[in-house]
Amino acid sequence: MPLDIETVRNIAFLARIKVPEDELEALAGELSNILGWVDQLAGVDTEGVEPMTSVVEMTLHEREDVVNEGERPEDVLANAPEREDGFFAVPKVVE
Amino acid sequence: MSRGLTELTVSEAGDRLAESEVTAEALTEAHLAAAEAARALNIFVCETPDRALEQARASDARRASGEILGPLDGIPIAVKDLFCTEDVPTTAASHILDGFTAPYESTVSAKLKAAGAVMVGKTNLDEFAMGSSNATSYFGPVKNPWRGKTGKDLVPGGSSGGSAAAVAARTCLAAIGTDTGGSIRQPASLCGVVGMKPTYGRCSRWGIVAFASSLDQAGPITRTVRDAAIVLGVIAGHDPRDSTSARVEVPDFETALRAGDVRGLKVGIPKEYRVDGTPDEIEELWERGADWLRDAGASVEAISLPHTEYALPAYYIVAPAEASSNLARYDGVRFGLRVPGESLDEMYENTRGRGFGPEVRRRVLIGTYVLSAGYYDAYYVKAQRVRTLIARDFHKAFERVDVVLTPTTPSAAFPIGEKMDDPIAMYLNDVFTVPANLSGLPGISVPAGLDADGLPLGLHLIGRPFDEETVLRAAQALENAAKFSGVPDFVEARR
Amino acid sequence: MSFAIEGEAGAWEVVIGLEVHAQVISRAKLFSGAATDFGAEPNTQVSLVDAAMPGMLPVLNHECVVQAVRTGLALDAKINPVSVFERKNYFYPDLPAGYQISQYAQPVVGEGTITLDLDDGSTREVGIERLHLEQDAGKSLHDQDPGRSFIDLNRSGVALMEIVSKPDLRSPEEAGAYLRKLRAIVRYVGACDGNMEQGSLRCDVNVSVRMEGETELRTRTEIKNVNSIRFVMQAIEYEARRQVEAYETGEVVVQETRSFDSGRGETRSMRTKEFAHDYRYFPDPDLLPLVVSADEIERLRADLPELPDVKKRRFVDELGLGPYDAGVLVAEKETADYFEAVLAKGARDPKQVSNWVTGELFRMLNMRGVGIADSPVGPENLGRLIDLVADGTITGRIAKDVFDDMAESGADPAVIVKDKGLEQITDEGAIEAAVEAIVAANPDKAGEVRAGKTKLIGWFVGQVMQATGGKANPRAVNTILLQKLRD
Repeated sequence: MPLDIETVRNIAFLARIKVPEDELEALAGELSNILGWVDQLAGVDTEGVEPMTSVVEMTLHEREDVVNEGERPEDVLANAPEREDGFFAVPKVVE
Repeated sequence: MSRGLTELTVSEAGDRLAESEVTAEALTEAHLAAAEAARALNIFVCETPDRALEQARASDARRASGEILGPLDGIPIAVKDLFCTEDVPTTAASHILDGFTAPYESTVSAKLKAAGAVMVGKTNLDEFAMGSSNATSYFGPVKNPWRGKTGKDLVPGGSSGGSAAAVAARTCLAAIGTDTGGSIRQPASLCGVVGMKPTYGRCSRWGIVAFASSLDQAGPITRTVRDAAIVLGVIAGHDPRDSTSARVEVPDFETALRAGDVRGLKVGIPKEYRVDGTPDEIEELWERGADWLRDAGASVEAISLPHTEYALPAYYIVAPAEASSNLARYDGVRFGLRVPGESLDEMYENTRGRGFGPEVRRRVLIGTYVLSAGYYDAYYVKAQRVRTLIARDFHKAFERVDVVLTPTTPSAAFPIGEKMDDPIAMYLNDVFTVPANLSGLPGISVPAGLDADGLPLGLHLIGRPFDEETVLRAAQALENAAKFSGVPDFVEARR
Repeated sequence: MSFAIEGEAGAWEVVIGLEVHAQVISRAKLFSGAATDFGAEPNTQVSLVDAAMPGMLPVLNHECVVQAVRTGLALDAKINPVSVFERKNYFYPDLPAGYQISQYAQPVVGEGTITLDLDDGSTREVGIERLHLEQDAGKSLHDQDPGRSFIDLNRSGVALMEIVSKPDLRSPEEAGAYLRKLRAIVRYVGACDGNMEQGSLRCDVNVSVRMEGETELRTRTEIKNVNSIRFVMQAIEYEARRQVEAYETGEVVVQETRSFDSGRGETRSMRTKEFAHDYRYFPDPDLLPLVVSADEIERLRADLPELPDVKKRRFVDELGLGPYDAGVLVAEKETADYFEAVLAKGARDPKQVSNWVTGELFRMLNMRGVGIADSPVGPENLGRLIDLVADGTITGRIAKDVFDDMAESGADPAVIVKDKGLEQITDEGAIEAAVEAIVAANPDKAGEVRAGKTKLIGWFVGQVMQATGGKANPRAVNTILLQKLRD
């Protein structure tokens, strides 16, 4: 099913990626091609087949309830584009 | 002399170091010089000569006091710039990670460091490992050291194109890559080197910039199968920081390789891998590979992996879906690029719009779409069901055979710029490698010959989960029979 | 307990479902080893995983699973042997990864029940839909700077249990009773401290209304993040009336999220773009399905403390308390603990202890505005005081004074009694002398009693008690008075 421009605009906003207006149409075409190609899966009989949850058989490894991380605010903040007083700073969020 | 040093294998270099015929410093200098001379190939995102020499001298000092750390102590290696490294920037070849230096070291690169390996630099790749030609890198394409008779600049494959080219161009003795859909094996094939993707869970993913978490796996790129075994032995192992890291013993791969041969081994040839449009010479090479294994004492039989044709479309749903979520953290808040905006959303959109290249953008959007309300079942869940079928195909096949032999790629290296405007044509490069990722199985590409243009072609083996030993043994049998001795044009020209 | 809104077209009932976020008590976060304590400097309790640095991976904290399973068992709920962590994807600066790890299609705990204790003494069962584990987000501060918001990730990744009720609640009172009971249960289990002011217990309220007799549910609205039981009740009341009014004036009720303005007592639409909330849930590929073994479930079941409903039944059946008093005593774990601590030593009468705890102790705590855990009179000393009354050392009346003294000084009641000479007067000679003095001083009243106005006897008792400083044994005073007034 081909994607229309409006759908591409909505997905782009969901993904928070700015797509210039003049690229929307071409992008819609590219994405539609790819989706058209993967649509061939619709023809596979998957009746009664469980979706894969883990590629290799193993059990989930869990951790003990021990505090052994944190206390490194410098490392956490070191790469921040903008910071202030130990906080990350972002453009004001209007609630 | 220095040309000689860069021609060594890891195991040969290890022997020379052990016998004090060479120092790690000299070995490192030779490779640093080679890296410098190869700059036109754009292999490295970042060369780290000072650090390398420091590590090499430290290695020599250890050796002098008899405290060597293992088979990689003093061995110059390169690391794909997808592994986070302390003190050296990590880019994932993306604009969006501008200025990012991780305050931590990935488990795999930390294991190499702890084993005394000398990092000469971080290699170029497709942006966020999304690509099969290394053309999507923010830092420009890598050129394949091979040109063959084409006379053109060719792609090294991708996404670990920089790592494969680095080994082929003799700028290091081994390199580390990651393989999500073929990203180690395909460039290894295109560059005439050995590339191995271990079983999912064999190597820790901790500290590797994530592309598709259920598919990503680190592995070695080397010039020989034995070297691959040596490097794999160092980087493998359970990591409690990665929930998907397997708690299985790491065997001594190199010893297993030396001890065994392929007599009695059962090799499967999947009929579904005969894809329309595959060049005859690849088909012929595949048959020759089967003959080589038979000659070495293995038995070869036809098998069926009926869902093979659906692997690639399933992959191009699952991988983008996971990527769309994995890449959400690049939002201009805590690290990397920030492009200002009037509002928070505008800042996000500007940053991610400017920070991601076209292929990453395409995949994030596809991934967002296939997970979105109303499409999730039809695309994502469907693809995961197909994935179960693909894994079942292998499971059944491995009841009859021990390894599966296929070509690595449907073509040799192609000119830079080709297939760029046709994403699906580009995706088809991974047609033979993707099923192993979807099923979590170990796979290896071994250089097996040259095509009519004088470009290398690889053969591909897939094994049972955590049975890298058998895969390596079969690979060595191919290597012994193929006697691949081709030297990249770039290296030839330097001599 | 019926609650109906009389509209023009007839009576409307309100249908309420609650989603409670309870912060799990654990030392470390749900998927990292950073600490969970309140009030630390910004971004100090943040691991590289919590900050979603590239390549960082979550590893599940088993203790949080244990807490969720224990809570599930306490809610008499089905524990799912296999559950799945999924990613809920959305962008917000206090959500570093761009997704929250939560459980969606397969939560760790399935359906259960909770028994409400209503104000009229009746009980009612309410269904629990599910309980799942998820990560908390960080904190955004919007009022520190005119143009920017500041982000602190200390809370990022702290474990929460989301407990979802079925739409079984029918009045603000029931919603209040539900929250009180749920809070009591998580505190009994030790899975959450239940503190709503600090935000360790938060509530989203789903409200719809329908005409009485209707069986289908109408459109609901969700009131986000209401932070006290009183506000939850107010918000429901307001929202239900708003919806009824909308229906009766021909407007539509739209499915939306609303916020509660506690200052005005109103709910308000949050007006969000609906398509912007496509969370794109999918199983987190960094984690495998969570498996809880039958063995572990049974072990945790055996380890559960006695829960409020069972405790209440025991207080009634075995201790002979009335259902109301028993309910009051078990409503808060600390109260029940206190009560049982007093009972634990000696052979104290449960009814007496219950009266002291729900009477004098509660009065004193209320007056001082402190919780029972910080009571200046501990269970040891209250027990000793009760013993002093029981063995006749002091009178019940004196005991109340001693209690007040204890609340002030924290002293041992025996010491107070001794120091102040408050022992009961049982010497009949002394009491007789006091009685005679009072009777002699009031011949008129004594005459009236003798003439049959027996009501005045009480007055004489009071006079004698006053004269003895309350220390005279009340029974002896009565006997002697009757004798003297008959003479």
